[in-house]
Amino acid sequence: MSHEQGVLRPDVGAEDHQHGSPDAPVTLVEYGDFQCPFCYRAHPIVMALQRQLGSQLRFVFRNFPITEIHPNALHAAEAAESVNANAGPDAYWKMHHAIFEHQQDSPDALDDTHLVQYAAASGADPVRVKLDLESGAFKEKVKADFLSGVRSGVNGTPTFFINGVRFDGNWTNKGEFGGAIAHAAGVVLTEA
Amino acid sequence: MTILEAGTRAPEFRLLATPDQRLSLRELRGRPVILAFYPADWSPVCGDQMALYNEILTEFQRFDAQMVGISVDGQWCHAAFAESRRLHFPLLADFEPKGAVAKAYGVYRDEDGTSERALFVIDGDGIIVWSYCSPVSVNPGADGILDALESMRAERAEVSL
Repeated sequence: MSHEQGVLRPDVGAEDHQHGSPDAPVTLVEYGDFQCPFCYRAHPIVMALQRQLGSQLRFVFRNFPITEIHPNALHAAEAAESVNANAGPDAYWKMHHAIFEHQQDSPDALDDTHLVQYAAASGADPVRVKLDLESGAFKEKVKADFLSGVRSGVNGTPTFFINGVRFDGNWTNKGEFGGAIAHAAGVVLTEA
Repeated sequence: MTILEAGTRAPEFRLLATPDQRLSLRELRGRPVILAFYPADWSPVCGDQMALYNEILTEFQRFDAQMVGISVDGQWCHAAFAESRRLHFPLLADFEPKGAVAKAYGVYRDEDGTSERALFVIDGDGIIVWSYCSPVSVNPGADGILDALESMRAERAEVSL
């Protein structure tokens, strides 16, 4: 075949939600689903790695909503995209954190009403976000993320790519996951 | 066991797809078939292999390809699993004689009595055009399948020029 499997396509670009320096030696890409309980578990793990690795790590999040089993995942992703478009990347990351932090609050924690509240708290205009959800303004953007994940060999959520190569190990194992990232950065990870 | 490779004729099968309906490979002639062997229903992750394929059926349909899942689980188990995951493609029960189709394709695991995670893309004439066996703990995703469908389409376009 012309392509290896499990290789990020396309590379990280201007369209992506990026946290950290583009010059960082390691780029960690997560394909995630805002309603996925495993992504919920991964969220603090990623944040801890960001704290530990600082400027050595750039984190990128792409949407991979598995809508047949997570009915609110698509709107959660669209709401986050709307926040990004209407209020900028800082607001996007606030929204991103808010969605994961509230995911397990209640069964309706990610319905449109709540999503709009998180958007407002993140600094976006709630009316714009509500209208964007109703019109599906960011459906295509989310779909494009999803399809890029399919072509990259995403095999469930979360799927991580370390410098463009799918991580097939156990991300719940801090030593294994953090170690692989630190290795790519050429540093030794110390306990936070 | 050695997995059947590209260029090989895909072994025929006729297995239960629902508790009272059988599906044979021959019935699918004329369009590409994606045959996805997996070890078992009910693997304890939410984005599991079949749920993933279910989510991207529309991509496979762009190539007019039929996705078919297959494991050694029985038809009733498949029915419950498909309902729970809201799967919109058939799951075949390679149940009696157990694993016979997996063995024919070279992807049976004697050590644990299930099949490998193995993927086959079969063209409309019943010839395997791509096969891949993933480590059993690694869900292979769908990138290889889509690459295979794309190159098959590209080759066909060349031939018809």
